[in-house]
Amino acid sequence: MKIIVCIKQVPNTTDVKIDPKTNTLIREGVESIINPFDMYAIEEAIRLKERLKDTVEATTACLTMGPPQAESSLREALSMGIDEAVLISDRAFAGSDTWATSYTLAETIRSLGDYLLILCGKQASDGDTAQVGPGIAAHLDLPQITFIRKIEQISKENIVAERLMEYGYDVISSPLPAVITVVKEINEPRLPSLKGKMRAKKAEVKKVVKADLPFNDKFIGLDGSPTIVNKIFSPPKKEPGHVFQEHEIDQGLDVIIKTLRGQNII
Amino acid sequence: MKEKIQVILDQCIGCTICVKKCPYDAIEMKDKKAVIDLEKCTLCGACVPVCPTKAIVIQEKKRAIDRDITHYRGVMIYAEQKRGEIQSVSYELAGKGRELADKLGEKLTAVLIGGKGVLVAAQELTARGVDRVVVVENDNLESFLDECYSKILARVISEEKPEIFLAGATAIGRSLIPRTAVEIYTGLTADCTSLDVNPETRELLQTRPAFGGNIMATILTPHHRPQMATVRHKVMKEAEKRDGRKGEIKAIEALAEELVSRAKVIKFVEEEESTVNITEADIIVSGGRGMRGPENYRVLEELALEIGGAVGASRAAVDAGWIPYSHQVGQTGKTVQPKVYIACGISGAIQHQVGMRSSDIIIAVNKDPHAPIFDIADYGIVGDLFDVVPKLTKKIKALSK
Repeated sequence: MKIIVCIKQVPNTTDVKIDPKTNTLIREGVESIINPFDMYAIEEAIRLKERLKDTVEATTACLTMGPPQAESSLREALSMGIDEAVLISDRAFAGSDTWATSYTLAETIRSLGDYLLILCGKQASDGDTAQVGPGIAAHLDLPQITFIRKIEQISKENIVAERLMEYGYDVISSPLPAVITVVKEINEPRLPSLKGKMRAKKAEVKKVVKADLPFNDKFIGLDGSPTIVNKIFSPPKKEPGHVFQEHEIDQGLDVIIKTLRGQNII
Repeated sequence: MKEKIQVILDQCIGCTICVKKCPYDAIEMKDKKAVIDLEKCTLCGACVPVCPTKAIVIQEKKRAIDRDITHYRGVMIYAEQKRGEIQSVSYELAGKGRELADKLGEKLTAVLIGGKGVLVAAQELTARGVDRVVVVENDNLESFLDECYSKILARVISEEKPEIFLAGATAIGRSLIPRTAVEIYTGLTADCTSLDVNPETRELLQTRPAFGGNIMATILTPHHRPQMATVRHKVMKEAEKRDGRKGEIKAIEALAEELVSRAKVIKFVEEEESTVNITEADIIVSGGRGMRGPENYRVLEELALEIGGAVGASRAAVDAGWIPYSHQVGQTGKTVQPKVYIACGISGAIQHQVGMRSSDIIIAVNKDPHAPIFDIADYGIVGDLFDVVPKLTKKIKALSK
């Protein structure tokens, strides 16, 4: 049975900055990385395979939808220990919003068949929507458990996990297959081993183009996306604040107290 | 396949604005004309509005059969409740929903799903200006269950046909609403910080941060209804309660199949620390690497207690094991937007900034005068936090006496 991880290649946010003069994005030297949250999903998939090995023979598969260069992210996942990688890439999928993306991923997962569990990071660091995981669950009509911080129990039939809420956590039990999304607290992702890197270099990445599967044209790419981006702009710039130096601490504290008073906090 | 994005070369003046604006590094200048690398382009649309000569065109959608969306009318909000108590985010939605409904000249409806007691709680919504509340009360709906709630919500939406649907971008909202949006095939914009409506086109302008707050995007849902959005907590103003204000309360029954859920809640564990809920807090006192150890968080807790705040942390402090993950602010933690954010011993890496930069007032205390946190702080103090913070607490204590 398959443990499937859906990942996204994103620009490293650390590098995406606004040029204060032109007020545009500086992306010179912006590196592409695996969405940080997806690293926890990859790690958890590898651990679950190990955890389940006495009860069910599972393999791990990593999926991504994106431009051809997203293949490098799949190779990174392979180097960490993922067994199989699938790249869904076609111009026909460009412009997909979260609805069309979750549809395309769900159809690909359906074609792989025999899945036990589908893991996603809780959200991607570029779009921050957290919508694709629940979207896949809806398309495949599977139960979902979002924002998981710990998997308490897992068997071939069932999963018990802790879902992070604002005031604490829910303990949820669900039959498998199911879709789960994970938060950072769940584990610490491993670094790829040298052996893993060698294997990843040689491993085959399976490619899926539109013609490979019976995708419904109405539901893919720009045309299948209910939302469109109307405009993009820089957030309003903040006025520079006042910094008090070491010899001005008392003065600074007085200003802070005045500010807190102004906010009716004290 | 015909490509959907084009540069009209005659109009391109080679100004390179689009090259800088592209988040995906997909545009290059060749012979002083913009050339789009279609392998890299995701059709995100960032380049289109910035072109001074309108030389970049993304092909308009042409649909064989446009869905008839004209009979969708009015504004609907999802009223989130916890153990029968309506959550404050719902009142924020009521405030914004009222404003949008008035602009359109339509009614504001709320959907309230839950266990015993929610029918009574519905009056809290009408007292805050909601015209109608559709209530689904059932003992089996006491705990939030994605499958049951989304089936009920999908049915209520398809019966009521609102043109706009808003929910809180909370743990529940961000799980339930995407599932529902897929089921009813409509667009959903996550985590909006600003919403407006064009009364003529009746389009909802959904503005949200992307790329960790480095850019803002306005999203439209032109051909599908309802136009769904989740709204960030604490951004919109709560609707005021006026006693005596009444509205229609309509109770409907959940169908048997809607009460079936494969996933089940075994229990809910409440985190007891009062200082933990950083997403709800108006004031956050946050500590980073400069805290040097778990025992030192007491310094922050004392200040937090004095000003009614919660305690936050940077990733460095959480990774060092000094404080639990639920306190983490930033890219891999929580996004917060309090009235006042006090960053102590936090250098302010971009990953931290994206989680707190939209706070109303930012105060920073750091030994390093070059710490990036000072770039975004309204007030900064260069100094040792173990000296500055207790002093501040003491001064405030003295004042309140």
